[in-house]
Amino acid sequence: MSATATNVAAEAAESHRPSRGRVGMWCLITAESTIFLIFVTAYLVYMGKSVSGPTPDQILTVPVVTTICLLSSSFTMHWAVAALRRGNQLMFQLFWFITLALGAIFLTGTLREWHHFIYKENFTIHTNLFGTTFYSLVGLHASHVAVGLIALTTVMILALFGKVKQEHSERCEILAMYWHFVDVVWVVVFTVVYGLGR
Amino acid sequence: MATDSISLPLPQAKSRSVVLDWLCTVDHKKIGIMYVVYALIFLVIMGCEAILMRIQLARPESNFLSAEAYNRLFTMHGTTGIFFVAMPMVIGFGNYFVPLMIGARDMAFPRLNAFSFWMTAFGGIFLYASFFSGGSLLQGGSAPAVGWFAYAPLTSPAFSPGHGVDFWALALLVAGVGSIGAAVNLAATVLSMRCPGMTLGRMPLFAWMNLVTAGLILVAIGPLTAAQLMLMVDRYLGGHFFDPAAGGQPIMWMHFFWIFGHPEVYILVIPAFAFISEILPVFSRKAIFGYPAMVAATAGIGFVSLGVWAHHMFTVGMPSYGNAFFALTTMVVAVPTGIKIFNWLATLWGGKIRFATPMLFCLGFLFQFLIGGLTGIMLATTPFDWQLHNSYFVVAHFHYIIVGGILFGIFGAFYYWFPKMTGRMLSEKLGKWHFWLMVIGFHLTFDFMHVPGLLGMPRRIFTYQAGRGWGIWNAIESVGVIFQATAILIFVYNMVHSYFKGAVAGNDPWDAWTLEWATSSPPPDYNFSATPTVRSRRPLWDIKHPEDPDWKYE
Repeated sequence: MSATATNVAAEAAESHRPSRGRVGMWCLITAESTIFLIFVTAYLVYMGKSVSGPTPDQILTVPVVTTICLLSSSFTMHWAVAALRRGNQLMFQLFWFITLALGAIFLTGTLREWHHFIYKENFTIHTNLFGTTFYSLVGLHASHVAVGLIALTTVMILALFGKVKQEHSERCEILAMYWHFVDVVWVVVFTVVYGLGR
Repeated sequence: MATDSISLPLPQAKSRSVVLDWLCTVDHKKIGIMYVVYALIFLVIMGCEAILMRIQLARPESNFLSAEAYNRLFTMHGTTGIFFVAMPMVIGFGNYFVPLMIGARDMAFPRLNAFSFWMTAFGGIFLYASFFSGGSLLQGGSAPAVGWFAYAPLTSPAFSPGHGVDFWALALLVAGVGSIGAAVNLAATVLSMRCPGMTLGRMPLFAWMNLVTAGLILVAIGPLTAAQLMLMVDRYLGGHFFDPAAGGQPIMWMHFFWIFGHPEVYILVIPAFAFISEILPVFSRKAIFGYPAMVAATAGIGFVSLGVWAHHMFTVGMPSYGNAFFALTTMVVAVPTGIKIFNWLATLWGGKIRFATPMLFCLGFLFQFLIGGLTGIMLATTPFDWQLHNSYFVVAHFHYIIVGGILFGIFGAFYYWFPKMTGRMLSEKLGKWHFWLMVIGFHLTFDFMHVPGLLGMPRRIFTYQAGRGWGIWNAIESVGVIFQATAILIFVYNMVHSYFKGAVAGNDPWDAWTLEWATSSPPPDYNFSATPTVRSRRPLWDIKHPEDPDWKYE
């Protein structure tokens, strides 16, 4: 009896402490942000400093469709987690799958863009300073999307086996924080690379 | 209550070998000890490197080491000291004591904790593998020879053929991942795992300072990681980040490195502040003076330290407003640091001081850190720095901080917490030998090192001509090393001997006030049999003095 009472009291006292998962993810996002900050800085400093071509305006086309896909995946992610919190398995799995698909479309778009540059335009990371900064920054972001997709796929497989339940909604929410972060980073990268940089 | 909480059936101890037990552990105390032991091993290694360099420099025109081997040694000495001695040491103590001090069962993410340690450990082992690849071992194998800040374009394949730079960059990248993991864990532990009643305002300063350190690691290691990635893009993929021929700018490496490099100094010294802030009150028999000011000053130092990096770059030709900005921000650091020094002095003031070994090292810290800070202010003055940049004056300055400050703090922490970690006291007699030899050796080496710097001796030269007036000073510096090395040998012997034969410590040998002393020495796996509840900043004082508890006054 007294143990239960103690636990209740302890839980009440602990309830105002932030969840460690959330704090951990915020910390990770902080650390990741600084890495992106340095790469974005390098991109901005080196803008227009290449001594040979091609230049961004000769080669880059704005990836409108894939950008819309990635940004809307944040909404579907949000709805998926909200559905899980309500215990609505069907909607959770549906929206989670759409998120996964939208992310995959984005990554495919990047791959196609790079394939085109490398094989058709002969434009690589080695070509000039623009190539170095472009592939590094976009590639760093794309690798984060890829990591996110691996995590999303893992959850999707677990969900299909019925292992993701209402009580796991907080964990999915923490994964969603990462996904939203990757989206926000894309807004910055997109603005810098396809906006200012062109 | 206590019996209730352990009435659950305990899991049966598996019959695993001791080695496997340590390799697979996720216990914060075991991981903490592994960090500390790992750092101690590298401390001895980097000390040996320093001895070789001091033998070479003891007299002019010496042929003891080749220029190439000398370059490899100072690179490895610096890189090891920062990343594989100081970092794991302070993270190890944080790992061990933050959960105990806030009354938690373990760190927030035990498995991440083990992962972080093994990443750091792998980084160090990988860096040292470079000695055994390429070239002959006596010439340093293919160890990096680019200095610990590895300026571009020296690191480009044209100027650094072979794999020295690759070992360096990959080792630091991997260790950086470990540090970020440790910081995530420390921050989440402090913010989310505190026991009931342990509000932020009642937290030991040790936990506060580890929180600030974790925050600094989170924002400072990222730039280093990014810079290493860029260096690898340049070296492996033919990129042009730091390639002047293609429009890249080597100065960008300097910026990126020092955006990491200067906060790094505070990542190392703030945990030393944490040790001092726990040890000084206990051995003065007074509560810490100015607790809120200490917290604010720590946060202030952390914040300001993010905006001072280019004081390492006064000689590269920044515009004058750039020089002025970084000179001013650097001097501003002196304000919160001064607040700390005065708070520590006020803690000592009127106290009933016990001159036990932990206290001696803390007092050494106070004195030496202050002098190191003052030469720091001298170097922050741009024209003065133009005169002395890259000279032995700078080397003397930062060794004053790192050896005289951080290392003395670490030694104090060892003498203070060794009883808790092992259940045995370190020998006071040997401890006093350790302290005094270390003080004599330290001052012989690093006080006199300022002089050749003022006389114009540049750092990183493998020898010098006779008749420059530097010889006598260098000879004295090298003599100091004999004392320091003896002191370290006594320290190592003391630890090994005391671990087996030392006096039994008991739970609370120093009559201290923080929660780690409430449990047994060494603490059980579960730390506390019942979760503690805290009502003041000195929970053990409240237990020991129920008639006059602290919470009546806070």
